[in-house]
Amino acid sequence: MLTINQYVKASSLEEAYELNQKRSNVVLGGMLWLKMQKRNVGTAIDLSGLGLDNIEETESELRIGAMVTLRQMELHQALNDLTDGAARESVRHIVGVQFRNMATVGGSVFGRYGFSDVLTFLMAAGAEVELYKRGRLSVEEFAYLPYDNDILTYVIVPKKPMRAAYLSQRNTKTDFPVLACCAAQTEEEVRCVIGARPMKAVCLRDERGILAGGITKESAEAFGAFVSETVETGSNLRGSAQYRKIIAGVLAKRALLQIAQMDESEQEGRK
Amino acid sequence: MMQIQMLLNEKKVTADIAPDMLLIDFLRSQGCYSVKRGCETSNCGLCTVFVDDKPVLSCSLLAARADGHRVTTLEGLQEEAEGFGAFIADEGAEQCGFCNPGLMMNGIAMFRENQDPTDEEIKEYLAGNLCRCSGYEGQLRGIRVYINYKKSQAKGGEA
Repeated sequence: MLTINQYVKASSLEEAYELNQKRSNVVLGGMLWLKMQKRNVGTAIDLSGLGLDNIEETESELRIGAMVTLRQMELHQALNDLTDGAARESVRHIVGVQFRNMATVGGSVFGRYGFSDVLTFLMAAGAEVELYKRGRLSVEEFAYLPYDNDILTYVIVPKKPMRAAYLSQRNTKTDFPVLACCAAQTEEEVRCVIGARPMKAVCLRDERGILAGGITKESAEAFGAFVSETVETGSNLRGSAQYRKIIAGVLAKRALLQIAQMDESEQEGRK
Repeated sequence: MMQIQMLLNEKKVTADIAPDMLLIDFLRSQGCYSVKRGCETSNCGLCTVFVDDKPVLSCSLLAARADGHRVTTLEGLQEEAEGFGAFIADEGAEQCGFCNPGLMMNGIAMFRENQDPTDEEIKEYLAGNLCRCSGYEGQLRGIRVYINYKKSQAKGGEA
């Protein structure tokens, strides 16, 4: 059970940061994962009074406040236009609308959970995080940093043209994913992020130049095989490491075909 | 202890609460017994209430976080719930009925966002409302009949 001694709605980021330096204190996101833990919290720090609950659009980026809910991300037109709807696809299978009205982007990203759809999507979208003290760094780098007492303020998605596709495999609707895959093609590169491995999401790039000639049915197939061979996976109740490797290859291939607007069935000679 | 104030079903309520009191327990202490605890793992949707008109899980929200906000439970939506609820009941959708208040709340939230949802949209919006007696077919039938009734009413109104 979760107990909380004191609740403080922070009036500034500095106040939140100072409170967060104490080990027994914790910053609240949606409090959905936190509530499942057995933990005695000294001070629960609430950032919801700091105006971090909006997605701000500038000329070059979309700045997602840490307290923006997954539902806001799901419904945000510009973010979904930019990512071919991958933002919506990455969150719409998570529990239910009520849950997504509470769970926050900041909580999902700061937690760097091994099951996270949100982390998978944002890493593929080439997003950065903004931390109160440390400043900006890529989600890809942040995901593997040790947990510290900084405050995550924004997640920033660059408005660089991309084609993207998000796919996940679930044993049952609304459950955690068995595996998630988000592929994004920009002018510079193809990023293929595999999440819910069930470790933290990992970004695979086309280091063998398989896609150098573009995404075709053959190259997508070959890249899928590369992902399956390369990605490190683990076993848990939802699936074995070996099963996940196979699923990773299939989802990677399908995500690429979706990006290239090709149909998998055509490839197999069916229509 | 700390003091909170909220607009509960359009009535101003002030109370002293423990910092870790959950909204569901606060609402039940205020006599809103439609708000039920089903799973305790933020998954079943039984405890659904509106905070500033958005459906949320009251079992996972600190009452302290509702301070200064508008909270609505099924007790505050009797009229909307009666019309919709009758159609669910007519299809014999529910057996034990424990999940009904949560379904009513989220159904009302859905209709406020989308007056004419497709079956797929209904299933997606209500995916977070679990019923352990039924297979959801009756609820889906009831919702469809309710939508058709609302449409025929709207048409009648225009003519």
